[in-house]
Amino acid sequence: MEAWDFFKKTLRMVVVGSKWYYLWCAFLLTIIGVGIAFYATQLDTGLIVTNMRDQVSWGLYIGNFTYLVGVAAAAVLLVIPAYIYHFNPIKEIVVLGELLAASAIIMCLMFVVADLGRPDRFWHIIPFVGILSFPKSLLAWDVVVLNGYLILNTVVPIYILVKTYFGKEPNKKFVLPLVLLSIPWAVGIHTVTAFLYNGLAARPFWNASILAPRFLASAFCSGPAMAMLLFQILRKTAGMKIKNAALFKIAELMAYAMFLNLFLLGAELFKEYYSATVHLAPMEYLFQGLNGHHPLVPWIWTAMGLNVTAFFIFLIPKTRENLVTLNMGSLFIILGVWIEKGLGLIVPGFIPDPLGEIYDYLPNSHEVAVSLGIWALGLLIFTLFMRVAIPIQRGDFSHSKYEHGVTGHSQYERIKP
Amino acid sequence: MGDKLQTRRDFFKLMSMGALAGITLSGLGCTQADMEEFLQRHFHEMTEEEKKQVIQRLEEKYLKKYGKKFEISTQPADTDVLWGYGLDIARCIGCRRCVYGCVAENNQSRKSPQLQWIRVVRQEKGSMINLEDAEHYYNPATVPEPGFQYTPVQCQHCENPPCVRVCPVKATWKEPDGIVVVDYNWCIGCRYCMAACPYKGRVFNWSEPHIPPEELNTKVHYLGNRPRMKNVVEKCTFCVQRVRQGRYPACVEACPTGTRKFGNLLDPNSEIRYLIENKRTLRLKEDLNTEPKFYYFFSA
Repeated sequence: MEAWDFFKKTLRMVVVGSKWYYLWCAFLLTIIGVGIAFYATQLDTGLIVTNMRDQVSWGLYIGNFTYLVGVAAAAVLLVIPAYIYHFNPIKEIVVLGELLAASAIIMCLMFVVADLGRPDRFWHIIPFVGILSFPKSLLAWDVVVLNGYLILNTVVPIYILVKTYFGKEPNKKFVLPLVLLSIPWAVGIHTVTAFLYNGLAARPFWNASILAPRFLASAFCSGPAMAMLLFQILRKTAGMKIKNAALFKIAELMAYAMFLNLFLLGAELFKEYYSATVHLAPMEYLFQGLNGHHPLVPWIWTAMGLNVTAFFIFLIPKTRENLVTLNMGSLFIILGVWIEKGLGLIVPGFIPDPLGEIYDYLPNSHEVAVSLGIWALGLLIFTLFMRVAIPIQRGDFSHSKYEHGVTGHSQYERIKP
Repeated sequence: MGDKLQTRRDFFKLMSMGALAGITLSGLGCTQADMEEFLQRHFHEMTEEEKKQVIQRLEEKYLKKYGKKFEISTQPADTDVLWGYGLDIARCIGCRRCVYGCVAENNQSRKSPQLQWIRVVRQEKGSMINLEDAEHYYNPATVPEPGFQYTPVQCQHCENPPCVRVCPVKATWKEPDGIVVVDYNWCIGCRYCMAACPYKGRVFNWSEPHIPPEELNTKVHYLGNRPRMKNVVEKCTFCVQRVRQGRYPACVEACPTGTRKFGNLLDPNSEIRYLIENKRTLRLKEDLNTEPKFYYFFSA
């Protein structure tokens, strides 16, 4: 009965809002609609509507998937200091960080489905119902760890939020083990995703053991960068109170992560260029162009510029602790890592193909439309999560018994609804 | 275990039948055959009876779609057979007759895009292992051209196939006679196998295959050259429909220079065994430890 009441109230919360809230949701829904329309033609005509072909058989969808696994994994960066070191300013935003991770994972799964030729046969991959080739196939591993991570990152925040709604302290004995588990699990999802590519001897560009560490380092840049921007937006629009100290702490951690990311990339570049075997070709294709083919060259150098600039912004305390430069740096990282880890990682793995052919792949408008649709759907899910989570944490949305009482959650400003 | 699996699957089948019949059948106008195809199980998990039903349904489907009577075989591998292929680099003139012989025999899509299971690459003499300078689209008036050599490449039917290892749903596997096959009705179209293959042995049906009905080969094998559907992967099967009936693969027959040899690796008197024992052979990318059963050799 109480649960039903909570559900009804939640529903009302999500449906009723300000003009800006409606506009924002309508904007996202429009993009989602366009995405669905394009996806429908893809289902009907086949993957021929994309620019992918036999030579480059994965593209924008799988690039986005890889990037978003990183965003999801980076939730740990928010969780570790909060729970291990009791760094309180960050603790406030852990729930929101985990909900961001959950939204990112949902987007990941949608990107995989968008890339799948036969989504109608999706049941083939469900264990016991179909046949999941576990543990032989790394893709099977990914299915398992991603879904596990999704469950973990929805159960913990929902549990904490519901408890808070009823004016109770979450049971530490239940939450803490799950939170601690989510830390290695986050490392796990990104390691498994890296191994997906890493394990293919046919693709020398991916078949480098530095790939998993590189994935983690870049994830610890892009995930927090996204969180940083989103939390500031929520601070402005939803009255969520996040201390600047928390943002600056995260920014400092990002500087280390970006250093590591650039260092690992440098190590990879040295190995390929100094030994200069035939396996240098994908690297050349990406950074210099190969035999007159250089569609990715401007992209990767843009990414390099963005990442290096962001590194210095986050390294120097003065720019790190200025919200304008901080946000610029975050934006640079989001874009820079997206290029490096999306197109910059997936496409050169296929070029030249195993028989030496070069096929220049850049996504077409169809793939862009479907991808934007998925991004918009992810953002909508995150918006709805926030719509409920923030008022609960702020103490504005709670069980009727406590509605007029004094809020016990002093870290959030109480705003009259 | 088998019985339990059976019951569980039947349960799922029943449940989904009920739910889906209601939603999909009425909503999208699906036929009974569509529904059966949707619920069709992995080839290895079908009983002989189910296989018969599937074959019958497929034959009806092909008759309706192409207006042709198909003969679909599910003939299993013979024991004591392990197929091996020999290709004489010295003899290949790069005419690509094997490519088109294969396309005709195996019902590949003819256009947009045209799928080919065999690729012939042209290389300058003096280089063979480094394929990164290979030319795929050479198109002279006559072949062979002076100064060049040609290397046909197709699925190498590895003993240790990376494509099989990576498939998340076991839709591709190595048969007892060494042929790597795909269950086109089980493939989910993720294309992981294409990323894993070091020989570009796999191609994808990016759209519904385009084959003029009069060009269809109607003698087909379920795991081989039967017409495919859109968004699934396909590959060379050493012409499983022919070799299990004692015939040569189509590419062997199409070759005008005798470049291509084929036989049973387990038979000490076979031609392929003679070649391996008496010629100098090499296999592509041996350093990847895939153990191909496709041997390149030099007769001169």
